[in-house]
Amino acid sequence: MISFEYIADNIDKWLNNTFSPWLALTIEFVIVGVLCIGLFAVLGLVLIMMERKVSAYMQVRLGPNRVGPKGMFQTVADTLKLLVKEGLTPAGSDKFLFNLAPFVVMIAAMLVLAPIAFAKNFQIWDINIGVLYVSAVSSIGVIGILMAGWASNNKYSLLGAMRSGAQIVSYELSAGLSILVVVIFTGDLSISQIIESQQTGWWIFRGHIPMLIAFIIFIIAVTAETNRAPFDLAEAESELTAGFHTEYSGMKFALFFLAEYVNIFIVCAIGATLFLGGWMPLHIGNWEAFNSIMDWIPSSLWFVGKTFFLIFVIMWFRWTFPRLRIDQLLNLEWKYLLPISMFNLLLATLIAIQGWYF
Amino acid sequence: MFITQYIKEVFTGVKSLLIGMRRTGYYFTHHKEIITQQYPNEIPVMAERFKGEVIMLHDQNNEHACTGCTACELACPNATIKIVTKFDITPEGKKKKAIDKFVYHLELCTLCNLCIEACPTGAIKMGQNFEHSVFNRAELTKVLNKPGSKVRDDVE
Repeated sequence: MISFEYIADNIDKWLNNTFSPWLALTIEFVIVGVLCIGLFAVLGLVLIMMERKVSAYMQVRLGPNRVGPKGMFQTVADTLKLLVKEGLTPAGSDKFLFNLAPFVVMIAAMLVLAPIAFAKNFQIWDINIGVLYVSAVSSIGVIGILMAGWASNNKYSLLGAMRSGAQIVSYELSAGLSILVVVIFTGDLSISQIIESQQTGWWIFRGHIPMLIAFIIFIIAVTAETNRAPFDLAEAESELTAGFHTEYSGMKFALFFLAEYVNIFIVCAIGATLFLGGWMPLHIGNWEAFNSIMDWIPSSLWFVGKTFFLIFVIMWFRWTFPRLRIDQLLNLEWKYLLPISMFNLLLATLIAIQGWYF
Repeated sequence: MFITQYIKEVFTGVKSLLIGMRRTGYYFTHHKEIITQQYPNEIPVMAERFKGEVIMLHDQNNEHACTGCTACELACPNATIKIVTKFDITPEGKKKKAIDKFVYHLELCTLCNLCIEACPTGAIKMGQNFEHSVFNRAELTKVLNKPGSKVRDDVE
């Protein structure tokens, strides 16, 4: 049966038979890099289109419907427009940092892609500290945002970047604590092991109450970390014009825009992996018949389906809730999410020790 | 007590958010109920009070009510209207002042309605047309009185 695992194994075998192992590895690096960039481009187009359609339907509008069938090529047209636009660098800005910042944001997003399992045994790098790596590397993106805000030499940009810094540093805590709940139940940090441990059921079902609380807190925290409404204070177009990317135009702006959507995909993929089983099909305990029927659906489809479900939920948040004020934002984190997730961690530890889960 | 208050706050907060999400979820799943007008496909009907442009009213005999008094020209705050007058010879051989051209610069007009209020004979009013885009700016300078039209006899 054709699967991603089969294709990847055969390419690997063919390369190793044809070239020397060193050269084969280099070619594999190049292939993986190109695939990542291709994935980013496709994700950008698909997610922006999805966002515009979802927002339109939630606001009882039609959304883009002129370019191509049902407006499907609208984002392609937008990308072409951004490609041919001039990328201005303001005279008073720090030119080096200004031009570097979008790439830092993009590279941070790209690095997190490494340990994500897209399908069964289809992973760029099965690193044994997967979850730790993800939570560490995903915070590098904020450096790019701060860099952009500082280098722009613009008060709006600086305010947006500082807000973003405060926000990401705060919400990283509760995101980390809710990831820890899964780690407690699994007893392993590697992504492949976490998925393997959900063989008899996804953690959100097996871990009942603490896992459900952790999942909700995780979704709230990652919405804040990706700087999306209702936590989009870093951009806050009604207050700060566009926050940290006020001064950016053309393709450099497009990179920030793309990085935002890629980050959403990544955090949703992480959420799907930790709580909804990643590529693991819906298994219920020892119901062999049911499980084998579910196994017929390819693992990559399960992964994409779960991820896009979470992306839809985050878009749903964006088009429903009003933006928080900066003090409300920090209150929510330090007075509500953090204490709750700490108690939840204790509860999860107790349940994991006593074995009170399915 | 503090802790019960705290727990209550969390639950009411989550509940109110869920109510909002149910509303948008309803809209998302019922996207046949589009409330926006699909403009180029369906031409919107503008309200009577809508101010699109200044038009001059002509009756079926190609007659208008403009006497060329230039009250509108004086009332206009940004020189949108320019009235060119001429002298008609009446059958009795008397000269009578009448308009030659009612020049209206739409590109300068702020649609403030002052000219319509200033007009003593009700010759001009605001039209409902809102599609004013043209490829050449000169097309926005309009002559409002139709060619060959003259002032109605009963208007003084």
